[in-house]
Amino acid sequence: MIPLLGISTQALFGQLLLGLINGAFYALLSLGLAVIFGMLNIINFAHGALYMVGAFCAYFLLNLLGLNYWFALIISPLVVGALGMIIERTMLQRLAGLDHLYGLLLTFGLALIIQGVFQNYFGSSGLPYAIPRELAGGTNLGFMFLPNYRSWVIIFSLIVCLATWFMIEKTRLGAYLRAATENPALVRAFGINVPRMVTLTYGFGVALAALAGVLAAPINQVRPLMGADFIIVVFAVVVIGGMGSILGSIVTGFLLGLIEGLTKVFYPEASNTVVFVIMAIVLLVKPAGLFGRTA
Amino acid sequence: MPEANGALLHVDGLQAWYGESHILHGVDFDVRPGEVVTLLGRNGAGKTTTLKSIMGIVGKRQGSIRFEDKETIRANSDRIAKMGIAFCPEERGIFASLDVKENLLLPPQVKSGGLSLDQIFELFPNLKERLTSQGTKLSGGEQQMLAIGRILRTGARLLLLDEPTEGLAPVIIQQIGKTIARLKDEGFTILLVEQNFRFASTVADRYYVMEHGKIIDTFANSELQANMGKLHQYLGV
Ligand SMILES: Nc1ncnc2c1ncn2[C@@H]1O[C@H](COP(=O)(O)OP(=O)(O)OP(=O)(O)O)[C@@H](O)[C@H]1O
Ligand SMILES: [Mg+2]
Repeated sequence: MIPLLGISTQALFGQLLLGLINGAFYALLSLGLAVIFGMLNIINFAHGALYMVGAFCAYFLLNLLGLNYWFALIISPLVVGALGMIIERTMLQRLAGLDHLYGLLLTFGLALIIQGVFQNYFGSSGLPYAIPRELAGGTNLGFMFLPNYRSWVIIFSLIVCLATWFMIEKTRLGAYLRAATENPALVRAFGINVPRMVTLTYGFGVALAALAGVLAAPINQVRPLMGADFIIVVFAVVVIGGMGSILGSIVTGFLLGLIEGLTKVFYPEASNTVVFVIMAIVLLVKPAGLFGRTA
Repeated sequence: MPEANGALLHVDGLQAWYGESHILHGVDFDVRPGEVVTLLGRNGAGKTTTLKSIMGIVGKRQGSIRFEDKETIRANSDRIAKMGIAFCPEERGIFASLDVKENLLLPPQVKSGGLSLDQIFELFPNLKERLTSQGTKLSGGEQQMLAIGRILRTGARLLLLDEPTEGLAPVIIQQIGKTIARLKDEGFTILLVEQNFRFASTVADRYYVMEHGKIIDTFANSELQANMGKLHQYLGV
């Protein structure tokens, strides 16, 4: 054990690991928000609620249908994605062309309704969701104990984030998305069904939130307000990274998780506010965010 | 398949609005297969709005637009594109978040018989050297080439070109003129909007003159000289 400023490496790496885990969730959630904002110009306040629905979906699959974690990892994003597409078709689509504020209010209202319904049936306490058998236990790295499930969350999130980045920045489908973000009318005039693309994009964005919800279930338990608390920090991450920036949301997500972890080690009093302090500084110095394009 | 009167595109009593403002007040004209037809008119006459109405980009429109005998006045722009009409906008519409190659490959193929990439590079060799540049880093002339080039791949047979020479150097205007002549030889039908009728006279078969959202005159290229006086008056040049 190497003492560093009076702090054990054990504690340091432990907090860094926790930070990295949080960072993985920040990245997944802010990535979905970025994709949605780019295409729909909507600040999706329902994101936290749909993250929670994703976790509950995993819980129901296990307890009602006997389908384990691995099924949930696939089914839950599909279910929530489909729910998102219904929301987009029936509600968000009507807001096209209106101020940001309308989308924000509508999705905020949706979040309250969804969370309210779940609270009504499940109260505020957490429901347990066990770590899948295959990922139980951990590895002793000598300087710290690394739970397998946590390594899995970090690696899997990173893969999902990078795959999404690749899809958007490097493929033909991604070129359609980027172009439609800039000038949807022209892209449509080339023969591409942009409204359908918008619906699918929203579905994809909230499916990422649901995926994060499934990943979180064994760590945090399943609670109706699990997303409500979390999403505020995620919005700060989005602002720091730059609204709508894909790479920005991934890098900023992981980075801020780490910084938060480090703050817990060196100055625990500030660990809950450090993200917001960084946000304020970034807004002062670079209002478009670290990776944002200045319009 | 042309209409009974031989037109590929038949516009009849077209009216269009941007929100509350009524811009087109009954526009009538025809474009026959293989023709290059030029819309002339002062700034604000409604030329761009006419092209956008044909493409289905203007919110509210009335009247009739028939392409290959099919009514399109109520169709969405993606449907219209798939019927074989392609649009090159006045502001060029090059995407900043796409590189040149992605811009070039963006419009999907809607019909068979479009130009191959090699044929497009033959028309615009500059593009081939800049494939990995960001689309909007190109010069104005190169962006125009890209904006035209990308719609040649799609197999669309009717091209709507909105002021393709605007703000470009004479050599590039020449190159674009040659391209249009070449496309005409290949059997493309072109509806061109131009302020520069000296340029238009090198490629056009016929002209329509617009004013205040209506067609006020029309003549063939062979009648251009005879109409010069009137034309100067119409265009205020
Ligand atoms: N998006 C819009 N909203 C409201 N009015 C518009 C819009 N676009 C154009 N107009 C108005 O419609 C009229 C016709 O415009 P249009 O762009 O069709 O003219 P144009 O003949 O193409 O002119 P130019 O030669 O300047 O390109 C103009 O009075 C213009 O101000
Ligand atoms: Mg115009």
